[in-house]
Amino acid sequence: MEHTQSRDACWHSRHHSKMAVCIAVIAKENYPLYIRSVPVQNELKFHYTVHTSLDVVEEKISAVGKAMADQRELYLGLLYPTEDYKVYGYVTNSKVKFVIVVDSSNTSLRDNEIRSMFRKLHNSFTDVMCNPFYNPGDTIQSKAFDSMVSAMMVQAS
Amino acid sequence: MMSPTQWDLPPELCCRPMAFVALTGLDVTYNAIHRAIWDAFCANRRADRVPISFKVLPGDHEYPKCRTKRTSYEWYIPKGILKTGWMNKHLNLVPALLVLFYELDWDDAVWKEKQSECATKVEIVRTSLQGRNTKVAVVLIQKKTPLPPGEDLVASERAASLCNACDLSGKSLFVLPHTDHLVGYIIRLENAFYEHAQTYYYTEIRRVKSHKEFLNKTTHQLLFVRHQFKIAFFSELKQDTQNSLKYYRTAYSLVHELRTHETNMLEIKTMAGFINYKICRLCFQHNTPLDAIAQFRKHIDLCKKKIGSAELAFEHTAWMSKQFQSFGDLFDEAIKLGLTAIQTQNPGFYYQQAAYYAQERKQQATHLCAHEASVSYPTPDHLETPSGALDFYGQRAWRQGHQSIDPPHMEKEKGGILALQMKEKDVPHSELIIALLSNAVAQFKKYKCPRMKSHLMVQMGEEYNHAKDYTKALKLLDYVMCDYRTERWWSLLTSILSTALRCSYLMAHVKDYITYSMELVGRASTLREEQKSRIEKNLIKVLMNEVPEAEPDCDQASAKAAQALWSDRMSLAGSNEFTIEVQDYVPFVQCKAKFLSPSFHVDDPVQLHVYLRADCPHPVRFSKLCVSLSNQEYNQLCVVEEPCKSQDILEASSQENMCLVPGKTRIYSFKFVAKTEDVGKKIEITAVDLMLGSDNGRCVFLNWRGGGGDAASSHEALLAARSFKSRGRVPEQHVEWDTVSIQASTMIISRIPKISVQLSHEPPALNNEMYRITVSIQSNEETVTKDVKLTAGLKPGQDANLTQSTHVTLNGLEMCDESHPALLPDIAIGDLQPGEKVEKYLYVRCVTTGARIFLFHVAYALSTKVEGKDITCKCHKDEIVTIETVVPFEVAVKFVSTKFEHLDRVYVDIPFLLMTDILSASPWPLRLVTSQLQLAPTMAAMDQPQSQVEQVVLQTGECASECFSLQCPPVLNGMSSVASGQYLISWKRKSWSADAPVVTTVATLPHVMVETIPLYVHAELPSFGRVRESMPVRYHIQNRTGLVQDVEMSVEPSDAFMFSGLKQVRLRILPGAEQEMLYNFYPLMAGYQNLPQLNIGLLRFPAVSGQLLRRFLPSRIFVKPQGRQADDASIAAA
Repeated sequence: MEHTQSRDACWHSRHHSKMAVCIAVIAKENYPLYIRSVPVQNELKFHYTVHTSLDVVEEKISAVGKAMADQRELYLGLLYPTEDYKVYGYVTNSKVKFVIVVDSSNTSLRDNEIRSMFRKLHNSFTDVMCNPFYNPGDTIQSKAFDSMVSAMMVQAS
Repeated sequence: MMSPTQWDLPPELCCRPMAFVALTGLDVTYNAIHRAIWDAFCANRRADRVPISFKVLPGDHEYPKCRTKRTSYEWYIPKGILKTGWMNKHLNLVPALLVLFYELDWDDAVWKEKQSECATKVEIVRTSLQGRNTKVAVVLIQKKTPLPPGEDLVASERAASLCNACDLSGKSLFVLPHTDHLVGYIIRLENAFYEHAQTYYYTEIRRVKSHKEFLNKTTHQLLFVRHQFKIAFFSELKQDTQNSLKYYRTAYSLVHELRTHETNMLEIKTMAGFINYKICRLCFQHNTPLDAIAQFRKHIDLCKKKIGSAELAFEHTAWMSKQFQSFGDLFDEAIKLGLTAIQTQNPGFYYQQAAYYAQERKQQATHLCAHEASVSYPTPDHLETPSGALDFYGQRAWRQGHQSIDPPHMEKEKGGILALQMKEKDVPHSELIIALLSNAVAQFKKYKCPRMKSHLMVQMGEEYNHAKDYTKALKLLDYVMCDYRTERWWSLLTSILSTALRCSYLMAHVKDYITYSMELVGRASTLREEQKSRIEKNLIKVLMNEVPEAEPDCDQASAKAAQALWSDRMSLAGSNEFTIEVQDYVPFVQCKAKFLSPSFHVDDPVQLHVYLRADCPHPVRFSKLCVSLSNQEYNQLCVVEEPCKSQDILEASSQENMCLVPGKTRIYSFKFVAKTEDVGKKIEITAVDLMLGSDNGRCVFLNWRGGGGDAASSHEALLAARSFKSRGRVPEQHVEWDTVSIQASTMIISRIPKISVQLSHEPPALNNEMYRITVSIQSNEETVTKDVKLTAGLKPGQDANLTQSTHVTLNGLEMCDESHPALLPDIAIGDLQPGEKVEKYLYVRCVTTGARIFLFHVAYALSTKVEGKDITCKCHKDEIVTIETVVPFEVAVKFVSTKFEHLDRVYVDIPFLLMTDILSASPWPLRLVTSQLQLAPTMAAMDQPQSQVEQVVLQTGECASECFSLQCPPVLNGMSSVASGQYLISWKRKSWSADAPVVTTVATLPHVMVETIPLYVHAELPSFGRVRESMPVRYHIQNRTGLVQDVEMSVEPSDAFMFSGLKQVRLRILPGAEQEMLYNFYPLMAGYQNLPQLNIGLLRFPAVSGQLLRRFLPSRIFVKPQGRQADDASIAAA
């Protein structure tokens, strides 16, 4: 079963090479719970990109008034474009943030697809949280989460 | 400020073009009037004045020569897009209008001569402007104020003649009277000039446009761009910015239609950059910032890939960097003029990108310009041109005007490229990068992007590091480090720390080096184990006063210099001791200190544990651990010390006490006896110090403020508390680090007293009584308790009123009063032998009811031994009791008539009864000793009142009643409320002995209404009647007034009685006299029967009704049945 799944993911990414180059999960307190990027050698740069994008996330969260907090949309949209990348954000109700970085040249990726990526990420994150052996606030070390993220990332060649 | 570089945009491009008007004939140096005119033109030009740039030129000034106009473009091959001098020429050299100033009044004496001189001057300027469309105008400076137009015939005539002589149209001749209203005239003049200038630029635009038909698309591509640019520029001069923008946009698309190849790439990009700049500038000016941004994005997308010569790749990045920088500047300028920017769209992003390209440029430069030392700057210098400047923008100096695909001269080409590369080497790249980054930082600070700001500051720090300015680098890195630490981005922190470590190494800055190292080998570092190991080894070397290995990525020369610096540091004696406050870092040794209990009794030793744990790859040996406490006298008791030799540091053995094995928790326990002075005080851990290294080498104190912990530990503790792991069972000896919590303070509390204090009493207390509480104190100590003292009474800190209403005494034989205190302090009891018991009686008198808290505090001293040390402990025991005070009984009083009927008022001289009820509310039986009535002078007793309740014992809820017959003496004015007096009840608890004091409770009797009545009636009748037996009834009617009273009397018939006597009568009673009426009532029925009603009416006092008087009379009587003697006899007979 697992074998089929991973092959599926491979197929998927090959046909949609337009995928994320970096995916991060950030705790409520703004420290990273999970962060992965391709290509690996530029890891630090992506860490900085994700970290700086939190400025915009914080601003967007605080911009939504307290009264509106209940109806707030989780998807924050494009946080900011850089010359090379587009950074998208998403905030769960418990203020855990998801950040997806996409290559700027990748124009075919539409808002809807980004949304669905975030939804998948959220579902998988919920599974992680439901694991009784996962300690909330710890970094995420889950194979299931890893493989889900891998499926959404550009395959490092 | 840096000198302008090749990449800076020319100032004539960046300025706002304004119509150029030249003024001649003004001598601004020596002629005051001319000076004033000139000042009026150029001083204080505010925004509401027309946009003209004025210049004063001499009459014989030479203007740029106009080349002969081309009639055909057929054989013309353009050499470039735009000449470098063109913009400046039209901004500053070729005027749109030339104005000749000439002093001439209409009535001038030598008019003719002056007129011809003026015409000559006009002629001269006309000649010098030959071929240009520049207009010429003449302004006559006149001393006299002109008459209204049409009135001065001489003026109009002479004006026409002057126009004729100078070949001017009437519109080009102006008069400037030099009067008070100079500025007003000048403004009118310049508006007229402006119109002329507009016409000029309009013709220029038409002229350039007219070339178009001669052009063909194959050979004149460059001209298309040039002409569009010129039209746009002239439109700008004409202040027609809308059309200007349109032409620039066309020019922009035309420039990208040009065939590009390596040789003209720079020219195309340069021009594209210029035009883009103009477009963006105009968009911002038109308040359409989004258009500006869109244009700029388009521009970047189109040009990003147009790198040009690979050997000069740094030129492209330099150009790109400049594009972003200029746009950032434009954006920033627009903001200063009122545009609002937002967090995600502000100039900072453009400066940041400019900095990024500047970094790229630097990298490319280092890569491309790494020539051998033997390569020297080529001679001749191919970058030199005969004029010192280029003819066309963006061309190569060695092949100006060359437009074919291949370079004409390979040798020159190579030399030129080499020259450019050599020049690039001298560019202060880091300086450029840092300037751009700092611009970006300023912007992001403004637009609430603290993290972006930190990131840029890191980059600045790294750039300073590259520029070998390590001090500045460390300053910046240090500044942002804590942000990353607080946000727990360890990967980023590690990267910053690594750079900082390298800087501190290169500067041989020992303290910083140690500080960064100890964090890099610690748990917050994301370095690989072998890197940590390398750093730790270096750290140990530094501790042993040796030179550490060079950090990786240091260039050889710097590393060598650093080694020398380190050696110098090492050889210097002194300053070998460092204290590093690690609280705000995440050091490689963690520390938590805790008192084993939040409080210790003074006769127990205080216990303190220090937990240490190393997170580095290799074991660490330390030589001293000391704990500082708020009372420094204990500090010497909390030290572990073991001086170690240098070798020990190297080969730390895990068996040793002073060695920390990575990942293992070490516990150091300390124990000390608290001083008796510290009882009731808090002892705090103020710091924990761990000494690494040795006195003879170099020693470093890691100092934790308070009970340890560092920048990461509080979060870790929080996570550990949440963790499911913390609920698991942990083996006894093994200490789970995360479960250890810091306890940095403890209280020293007094020894537990071994003494019993017991209270016995009978609650509740009764109001005003002397309530007895028996205090039994028994010593359970094993030695003599000395100086036992009892403090007893009302517990302080309650309602202040309670202090006033509570009195305490030890003497139970007499009542205590206000002079007695509420609390008796320090009642000496003396020494108590082990097991001895003492009893004390305390009497409390509570004047008010309610709950009170009483305190019984027994204090004593005792000598004992703790840990082999003799101490004298003061012990105390408190006993607290809450006692309720209640009233002993309720006293109710009522007034009744002699018939025991309720009275709401009494009548003068008519006796009535006072009834008192004493209802016991006490749960304990009460003995009423006696009671006493103290009457007010307005009341009199009928007889000698005697207590009727003496020695009565009342159980709970029982009631004792008394009755006193009283009467009131006459009162003034018929009716008033009078005082009755007091009712005194003396009592005590039944259980009390005879010698106990008696409590007297005073009840104030209520006031009563006394009324005088005019007539008093009372009846005299037997206590009962018998059926069919006559009974006499006598009514006495007294007149109590000083007047003769007419009284009407009647007796109403009754079913129960027959009667004889006067049924209705009217009589007269003298003042103070009494009338007696006799009736014989003959009862007809048995039982309680209503007497026939007596109606009395007073003719003088209609208010005194029969009803009122009837109250004094009995209303009914008991009638016994008839005697039955006869029947008895018959029954007896039967």
